[in-house]
Amino acid sequence: MAFVAPKETYPGKVFQVGIGTEKQAVFGGENVLTFHSFEGNAPNRPLVAYEIQDIPPDDWSETVRKVYEGVSGDPVTWAKYCQDTLKARAIALRLLGTHPDRENRSAEDATKTVKEVLSAIQVPLIVLGSNHVEKDSSVLVAVAEAAKDRNCIIGKAQEANYKTIAAAAMANNHKLIAMSELDINLSKQLNILVTQMGFDKERLITDPMCSALGYGLEYTYSVMERIRLAALTQNDATMQPPMLGDVGMYVWKVKETQALEADLPHWGSLEERGIAWETVTAGALMMAGAEFLIMRHPKAVEAVERFVDELM
Amino acid sequence: MALSGVEIFKLLPKTNCKKCGHPTCLAFAMKLAQRQASLDACPDVSEEAKKVLGEASAPPIRPVSFGVGSMSVKMGEETVLFRHEKKFVNPCAVAVEVKDTMEDGEIQEIADGVMHSEIDRVGQKLRIDAILINNASNDSARFEKAVKAVMAEAPDVALILATHNPSAAEAAVKLVADKKPILYGADDSNAEAMASIAKTHKVPLGVSAKGLDALSALTEKMKALGVEDLVIDSGARSAREILEANTLVRRAAIRKNFKSLGYPVITFAQRDDHMLEALVATLGIAKYSSIVVVSSIEKWKNVALFTLRQNIYTDPQVPMQVEQKIYKIGEPAADSPFMITTNFSLTYFIVSGEVENSKVPCRLAVMDSEGLSVLTAWAAGKFTASKIAQFIQESGIENEIKKKELIIPGYVAILSGAIEDKLPGWKVTVGPREANGIPAFLKSR
Ligand code: B12
Ligand code: SF4
Repeated sequence: MAFVAPKETYPGKVFQVGIGTEKQAVFGGENVLTFHSFEGNAPNRPLVAYEIQDIPPDDWSETVRKVYEGVSGDPVTWAKYCQDTLKARAIALRLLGTHPDRENRSAEDATKTVKEVLSAIQVPLIVLGSNHVEKDSSVLVAVAEAAKDRNCIIGKAQEANYKTIAAAAMANNHKLIAMSELDINLSKQLNILVTQMGFDKERLITDPMCSALGYGLEYTYSVMERIRLAALTQNDATMQPPMLGDVGMYVWKVKETQALEADLPHWGSLEERGIAWETVTAGALMMAGAEFLIMRHPKAVEAVERFVDELM
Repeated sequence: MALSGVEIFKLLPKTNCKKCGHPTCLAFAMKLAQRQASLDACPDVSEEAKKVLGEASAPPIRPVSFGVGSMSVKMGEETVLFRHEKKFVNPCAVAVEVKDTMEDGEIQEIADGVMHSEIDRVGQKLRIDAILINNASNDSARFEKAVKAVMAEAPDVALILATHNPSAAEAAVKLVADKKPILYGADDSNAEAMASIAKTHKVPLGVSAKGLDALSALTEKMKALGVEDLVIDSGARSAREILEANTLVRRAAIRKNFKSLGYPVITFAQRDDHMLEALVATLGIAKYSSIVVVSSIEKWKNVALFTLRQNIYTDPQVPMQVEQKIYKIGEPAADSPFMITTNFSLTYFIVSGEVENSKVPCRLAVMDSEGLSVLTAWAAGKFTASKIAQFIQESGIENEIKKKELIIPGYVAILSGAIEDKLPGWKVTVGPREANGIPAFLKSR
């Protein structure tokens, strides 16, 4: 029997999102499953952004903390290091210091930090809150205004606070991350709510909630695959924004990235184990459809970029 | 593509004789279509019908195994493209390559590493499944020597003998035929000779060709030569080629029931850069390889790949669970802390890991909640005050401990009053929400 390649074309397509002003970064835009350029269009690389914080990363795992020693005391130096030395294509600034249980920094402090970082870098900026529902509303609204017209990504809007954050992102011409908790229907519903406010669906990024390798990765993986299939096969616009894997934050707190080799000799080198954990988590989520990743360790980012080189 | 009930019915005797235990041939046909009956139940079915139905009901990806005993590896039998549809069946095997150009010492070191690669994760034992011995020298004697070196160190391991040279193949397979190795390296140039070795020694054959057209022609040729236990290699080596070939093979087999590619796939992921190799292996594990070959077995890489394989191959409908019981961590005394959690494997392993970290001996009661996490179980009504109370009472723990104090997860603080009501004489203490707060919490008591 002669072989006929069972290629597939789909009615739907993932929205292409461009961010930044001076140096733009573009991701999404494919009309096939990720990297399936053999049967359609997959024009853009996934975007990997380096994660930095407004406060020193004292609680980051040693393996990744030491990479940024000397620069991470100040977000501006840190951002410039990522851009100039590590050649970051985008930077994700997490305003963790605004969390009430952390430094409880004010919205004004956060605004100042964002302005300083913005004026120091040319690559696009992603501004993330501290994941405190109430505090994020006030902080992200102020920050969105301060970054007006810089075409940033603001996030994350969740069911409990999307109204204020989406309104601020809309008024100041930013893109928006909408996050829900590992459920395709919740994700769809949140995207509908946000677009019902008049927010352009093509400016959204879906975060179906990340999980680390070995700690629920299979849930994120399958929710992502299902979202992507719905986007393509059903041409469902609410499922067509690119997807985010917020990898670093979830990976660098699990035991495999912390436990000393002396305590667990059968797990091998802690340094490489941590990097591999971030690398493999990111790789698996790209296979499931993530077009945008936030990561921490430069060696993990480099490996992912080389992998993408091979895949494109 | 499986046949419908009506299509099957047309092939049956249509006498409604009931010998199959079904009232009519049509009823039996319907059961067959749903795979709830076996064709053997009808004594009168024709040979012709058996052949057609047998082929149609064979799994779209042929089951093939290699290795023997507890180290044998099962492959194939997959039925879907995406894991949310249905559980993936036979986890992708990880094989490490040794070359016969290596020194014996180096080969033995790798073989020894494979024998000691087993780790325990969320209650499952995971390890490097196989060793691929590459006849890089193209010399029979060296190939045999390498096989012997591996066997000396790892006598039970599943093997893949890789060579395009039929005389080297014959020599090596003969040494270990009873271990049922895969003989990999049949191609268009040596098909007859390799097929005959595989047939003589009853071992699965790995076939390689450039591209899927040539590959399907080659598997048809092998089938005609009488070799059906095949493992296939389309020659894809870059990540892009692997994704394309693996996707098309899986789709052709499952969606089109294209038998000539309905075999387990072997993927060569070796790279000088080990992180990149881990990513290519990630691609293979996630996207349809039955074997991924890696160049080395660093422990850190193994843990990551084994964990990924476990995640991808778990049942999407049934979460991984641990047994309901009261686990002792360290050597708890009669007045050591006593805590409760659910039986979702992940929850149990995170919590027990943190209790271990604290170095405070404890008892941890794990309650059957159908494998749901604490909050999910609570929301689903499976981790309620009355169920907890009943479990504690029936566990007999009251005779074992001095202080009747139960520590509950911080996320279900709301249950504390109700549990105290239902467990007279007990005090309920609310622990931290996140498990990483457990060491500080235990130490400060
Ligand atoms: C994955 C998930 C699911 C999976 C199930 C996974 C599983 N095996 O349990 C699926 C998709 C099936 C699911 C279903 C449902 N889910 Co659900 N699910 C989640 C999610 C995203 C993660 C849960 C998880 O795996 N956590 C990881 C484990 C390790 O956490 P854990 O067991 O709680 O353990 C931690 C702590 O509790 C603590 N801990 C544990 N034990 C102990 C013991 C002691 C003594 C101490 C001190 C600490 C401690 O340590 C652990 C680590 O820090 C959560 C949201 C979230 N981010 O938490 C929602 C969530 C739990 N689900 C929720 C709900 C409502 C449901 C559903 C009822 C409906 C729905 N939304 O889909 C169904 C119910 C299922 C059913 N059978 O009926 C709600 C619960 C609401 C509430 N506040 O109670 C949540 C919070 C989401 C939300 N905000 O809506 N869910
Ligand atoms: S035994 Fe065969 S012929 Fe008789 S009813 Fe069943 S299917 Fe029909």
